[in-house]
Amino acid sequence: MEIASNVFLIIGGLFYLLGGLGILRMPDTFNRIQAGTKATTLGAFALLIGVGFANPEWVLKVFLIILFITVSNPIGSSALAKATYLSGYRPENLVQDDLKELLGGEDNGTN
Amino acid sequence: MKYVATFLVLFASYVLLAGLHVQELVVGSIVSLMLTVLIANMVDYKVDFKLPIRLLVFIFVYVPVFVYQLVLANLDVARRVLSPKIPLNPGFVKIKTDLKGDFAKLTLANSITLTPGTLSIDVDGDDMYIHTVDVKGKSPEENKKNISSLFEKILGVVFK
Repeated sequence: MEIASNVFLIIGGLFYLLGGLGILRMPDTFNRIQAGTKATTLGAFALLIGVGFANPEWVLKVFLIILFITVSNPIGSSALAKATYLSGYRPENLVQDDLKELLGGEDNGTN
Repeated sequence: MKYVATFLVLFASYVLLAGLHVQELVVGSIVSLMLTVLIANMVDYKVDFKLPIRLLVFIFVYVPVFVYQLVLANLDVARRVLSPKIPLNPGFVKIKTDLKGDFAKLTLANSITLTPGTLSIDVDGDDMYIHTVDVKGKSPEENKKNISSLFEKILGVVFK
């Protein structure tokens, strides 16, 4: 139990580290949001499962927290990404931009 | 039917979380009753006899696929972050979804965000706008096949 808990806590920490590295290293905002969302979601899963192993009586609450994180984390990143797009920011190396027809117009593609 | 099912689910989750004491049962039933009236009137959903089957599909098909895809996504992020030159070919693509209903679309959008290399940005009717790290397909159909067809199939069974 103790060992399983520690293993999951370390895995969770590693994924958070990965997310942090992703936010540092990715070249533009959208890719940073992507890396951050994925790594923090799985990192939180692993951390919470580790907590569940350490305190078995918390398992139900841990699953409830996991459920809420799964629902809220992607919604938050979608809102961030949409706000970023609306602010006029565009990555330089875009190969395709279908979003322009829906949200574009107030920006002419500079920056 | 709808009210009874909603009340039972709320009451069961309350008791599971709070523990089995007399005062918890009393408070739990009052709170569940109030929430049942609120939720059943304000949220649009249907309760029928197929619900247990759909829930089973959700738990035993959707959740494992979702967790597998989430792990894949993280390995993908790890690969991109740790490689010296980050391989990117980003773009915003539009795909059409066949799913009806707000909750089905929300679940699909969240699933897409947590699968490798994609981030859903906006939904407009049946169109979903998605940021992908690596644009592969040329047409919306091709993109749909790459991005969302797997989850659409499963969620099509879960949400009718």
